[in-house]
Amino acid sequence: MKVLVPVKRVIDYNVKVRVKADQTGVDLANVKMSMNPFDEIAVEEAVRLKEKGKASEIIAVSIGPAQAAETIRTALAMGADRGILVKTEGEVEPLAVAKILRAICEAEKPMLVIAGKQAIDDDASQTGQMLAALLGWGQGTFAHSLELADGTARIAREIDGGLQTVAVKLPAVMTTDLRLNEPRYASLPNIMKAKKKPIEEKTPADYGVDVTPRLKVLKVTEPAKRGRGIKVGSVVELLDKLKAAGAI
Amino acid sequence: MATLVIAEHDNKTLNDATAKTVTAALLIGGPVHVLVAGEGCKPVADLAAKIAGVEKVLLADNALYAKMIAEAMAALILSVAESYDSILAPATTSGKNYLPRVAAMLDVPQISEILNVVSPDIFERPIYAGNAIQTVQAAAGKKIITVRATAFAKAGAGGSAAIETLAAAADPDLSKFDSEALSRSERPELTSARIVISGGRGLGSAENFKLIDKIADRLHAAVGASRAAVDAGYVPNDYQVGQTGKVVAPELYLAIGISGAIQHLAGMKDSKVIAAINKDEEAPIFQVADYGLVADLFQALPEMDQELAKRGY
Repeated sequence: MKVLVPVKRVIDYNVKVRVKADQTGVDLANVKMSMNPFDEIAVEEAVRLKEKGKASEIIAVSIGPAQAAETIRTALAMGADRGILVKTEGEVEPLAVAKILRAICEAEKPMLVIAGKQAIDDDASQTGQMLAALLGWGQGTFAHSLELADGTARIAREIDGGLQTVAVKLPAVMTTDLRLNEPRYASLPNIMKAKKKPIEEKTPADYGVDVTPRLKVLKVTEPAKRGRGIKVGSVVELLDKLKAAGAI
Repeated sequence: MATLVIAEHDNKTLNDATAKTVTAALLIGGPVHVLVAGEGCKPVADLAAKIAGVEKVLLADNALYAKMIAEAMAALILSVAESYDSILAPATTSGKNYLPRVAAMLDVPQISEILNVVSPDIFERPIYAGNAIQTVQAAAGKKIITVRATAFAKAGAGGSAAIETLAAAADPDLSKFDSEALSRSERPELTSARIVISGGRGLGSAENFKLIDKIADRLHAAVGASRAAVDAGYVPNDYQVGQTGKVVAPELYLAIGISGAIQHLAGMKDSKVIAAINKDEEAPIFQVADYGLVADLFQALPEMDQELAKRGY
């Protein structure tokens, strides 16, 4: 069974983002970029399936600028077998990403797509669900654990009240939550090996997808800043302040 | 044209996020209808009918919707989508699950987690864990929107909407509910509590979270946690406050032994008052705290417990 893993190149999660003075977006110049952390969890899960003999091949797909090839290399170093880079310029909305992934799924016929539950840049949390809908497949979002048996994925999902387990018919889309696994670090020999693994280059036009954004971003601004707080010297003083502020 | 709000509920009671989403819907434009999909959920429809500003409640009572499985929910919403210009759901784990499916099936983009309705087609939403706010204009066509409920006031009571029965849509038969393990708590729900007390890695163990529980009981507070505390297994996943967990905005947020990673701050920095106790005076949590106490939590919490008792809490 083939597993497809979409991976996105985003600002590294440790970087504090800066909003551009002209309010057109956030500053990406000279900022460390990495694979979206939820996508790392997705790659890890796919690699574990392969190690257990449940997956035969892992395809990592990235939609983004030429440098997204590095993100695919990271996935290949973790254990993915080959990559597909769909080159785009500028923002691509989740619906357009889902349409490109649909076309790739129709060509590659994976039984499972494992995607991150959200990318930490746009925080949209849409792509996996949209892809499942476009393909007419079932979905298991915010996955906490996965069991595969008899053409079904049993996925425990992290929901607001706790955990919910669903049985989803394959083929299906699963999106990862934090507790699904702990992604491995690629070893040096695997990083070297990854350099020889193939990455196919494509464009959205190859899949007949128009990636022109449909939503119009009018501006990007800094959030309202909180006023400077104060330090208190004791528990008693803290409770006095909270009482005075009407908080308790 | 009308705006549809999908209700968040557990088949018995209506989650507050619904009335907050109705507020956002009224800003976009009415008439506002609410869809209650579930099983044995007539009491929920009765509650939804009482939200001020709601003109009609659609009730889809069928086993298919008992657990709000995404594929069935999306098919149901799609069956009525034609009548609506905008479809809104609270950005809960269920709204986030089914609504993007609806958007894709309608071939329209979704606008996620709006914080503000600037005009009926212009919205503010957080990106980069709330470190930037994007102002976005919807395209022509239907608007599919999830709403960050904590950013909107609850619509009032006093409505008397008509309740209309909605037939179930065909079962997509792609997935089935299997089981659930829900956290049971006598405490208020995290996202709607007036006071939230959260613990971090500094607590050191599940056992030590009892120190927080004691204070929470005195203050009738909900208990939350940082990702580090959840990953360490001190508390279940549904306690997590942050970019990828729950977003809370209580009157008081008390952060105990939480360093304050940006991903955590994203989930609580809109709280009215923030107080933090941490032994590391350089901890980033102090940059957003109104009141910071540099102290060892293992001394400060028992002291706070005694002091609250003394004051009659």
